[in-house]
Amino acid sequence: MIAFLKKYEGLWLFVHSPSAIVAAMVATLIILGAIFASWIALVNPYDLASFSLFDGLLPPVWQDGANPKYLLGTDDQGRDMISAILYGARLSLIIGLSALTIAAVIGVGLGLAAGYYGGRFDAVVMRIADVQLALPAILTALLIDGIARGILPAAIQQDLRVAVLTLAIALSLWVNFARTARATTFVQMNKEYVQAAIMMGQRPSRVMFVHILPNILGPLLVIMTVDLASAILLEATLSFLGIGLPADSPSLGTLIRIGMQFMLSGEWWILWIPTLFLIALVVSINILGDFLRDIFNPRLR
Amino acid sequence: MVYFIVKRMIQSVFVMLAVAFLAFSLFRFVGDPITQMTGVETSVVDQERLREELGLNDPFVSQFIRFTGDMLQGDFGYSYRTRQPVADMITERVPATLELGVVALIISLLVGVPAGVYTALKPRGIWTQTILMTTLVGVSVPTFVIGIMLIFLFGVQLGWLPTFGRGGTVQIGNWESSLFTFSGWRALLLPAITLGVYQLTLTMRLVRAEMMEVMRSDYIRFAMARGVPMRKLHYKHAMVNTMVPVITIIGLQFGGVIAFSIVTESVFQWPGMGLLFLESIRFVDIPVMGVYLVVIAFFFVLVNLVVDLLYVAIDPRLRLRELE
Repeated sequence: MIAFLKKYEGLWLFVHSPSAIVAAMVATLIILGAIFASWIALVNPYDLASFSLFDGLLPPVWQDGANPKYLLGTDDQGRDMISAILYGARLSLIIGLSALTIAAVIGVGLGLAAGYYGGRFDAVVMRIADVQLALPAILTALLIDGIARGILPAAIQQDLRVAVLTLAIALSLWVNFARTARATTFVQMNKEYVQAAIMMGQRPSRVMFVHILPNILGPLLVIMTVDLASAILLEATLSFLGIGLPADSPSLGTLIRIGMQFMLSGEWWILWIPTLFLIALVVSINILGDFLRDIFNPRLR
Repeated sequence: MVYFIVKRMIQSVFVMLAVAFLAFSLFRFVGDPITQMTGVETSVVDQERLREELGLNDPFVSQFIRFTGDMLQGDFGYSYRTRQPVADMITERVPATLELGVVALIISLLVGVPAGVYTALKPRGIWTQTILMTTLVGVSVPTFVIGIMLIFLFGVQLGWLPTFGRGGTVQIGNWESSLFTFSGWRALLLPAITLGVYQLTLTMRLVRAEMMEVMRSDYIRFAMARGVPMRKLHYKHAMVNTMVPVITIIGLQFGGVIAFSIVTESVFQWPGMGLLFLESIRFVDIPVMGVYLVVIAFFFVLVNLVVDLLYVAIDPRLRLRELE
């Protein structure tokens, strides 16, 4: 067993890093909870018929006046907090992961090509990246959201909120991927195996995706974890600002925004439970990201 | 040196032109300006006449040149929503955002730089581990949650500080400042900390990484071997060389501060540019959105230009490279 672990250094380091283990457990739990939300949750928070106003504003079980049916209490509409959070986390994760995938495809594609071809193409891509990097992600996302509001007809806007939000987040995160992919591709281009592949007359697309891509996956994986956290935070922030998702399909950010209204009236759980949940999710993803970065960058060890 | 400055300035002008083009495209293609300006009673003939008078039928390039010319003269057009000149709406809001941003930046540097140096010099200390763990949480907690927590603790539970608005302000020329009244400072404290926390963690991590890098370098080892006192070694030899990245941090962070001020201003109902921008997105007020974009880009470009010039002034190696 130990020999096996030592062979795979990353795993060896993992079992010796308590914070990484805890983070991985928390993240897995939340992700599983989100995937199986419709089986675990008592009520479907999108279905108005499945909960009742009579159950509204119940505190969590450890406080007086609670209903043991609702472990973490209910909000003003009588929605079970656990159900709302699980569905909210599911939405946050779906948006975060799809935005990340789009960003990775665009960014890695452009970065690889920029590093491979160099020259004018590289210059153009990197100038665009520079301009966008000057504008922080949240500003870009807000702007794209605003443009979508202006272009799309009002009738279909509500239906497309999730798509618009995903795209806005994706387009504000691609730059990281592009820059990392380009820098690492540059390094690989000088290696003999790439030169050999080019000299053998292999197609550029094959050299890029079959030969170079597997060798630059490490750093990209680190960017992925870090950016997943950013994507989730961005979504939460946009929804909190009230320009992300509407209140009838609440993500974690929307739940926090709704909870803010109860800050002064003593129903603390409506605000703080989704908040804690969001923090736990993002902290654990960030710890994993830090851990991965240490693995791929031995100098920092 | 002169060549470098001129080159950077030309680059900056190009970035500004790109942003102006973006703002112009927003204005021109997102929604029809004529339908925004006229009501339902306006006849099609009148609409077309207005379109012709405003030059919206002119070639694209000449429209863009006119747009840029107007911008340079400070004519930013009118808001769709309030019908006020956009220039007035923005300049009214600039002081609030700048004061908030600068105070937040100062907080983040005053705490972040010493913390970064400390954690780099004592990498195995218990305090270092605590600080690093806290900053990891700090990076993961979104700005708006930090704001809510501060409001809850200091505003609601303890009741020490106000949770919204700017407090008392003093008018100095066109500048409405809250830095000269006690209630203004009280109102500024929570938003500034909220805005500063995220930047603080970034500053700290960067300073720490840089300081560790420098401490590993040959000249520091040599100085150590020569018997230079540790205190002098740390604070004179090593720290001075970490200052170059710190300047970049300030430049980069200024951008972050302005962008995240949108969130902070929303949480604290702080009457700055960010709040205006949010409102303009909600109401699809394209002129305000476009101008906000141009103004912010101008701040960024200006700060980055200054940072680059400071670089050359501080780091002699860069000057040498220019000479070669």
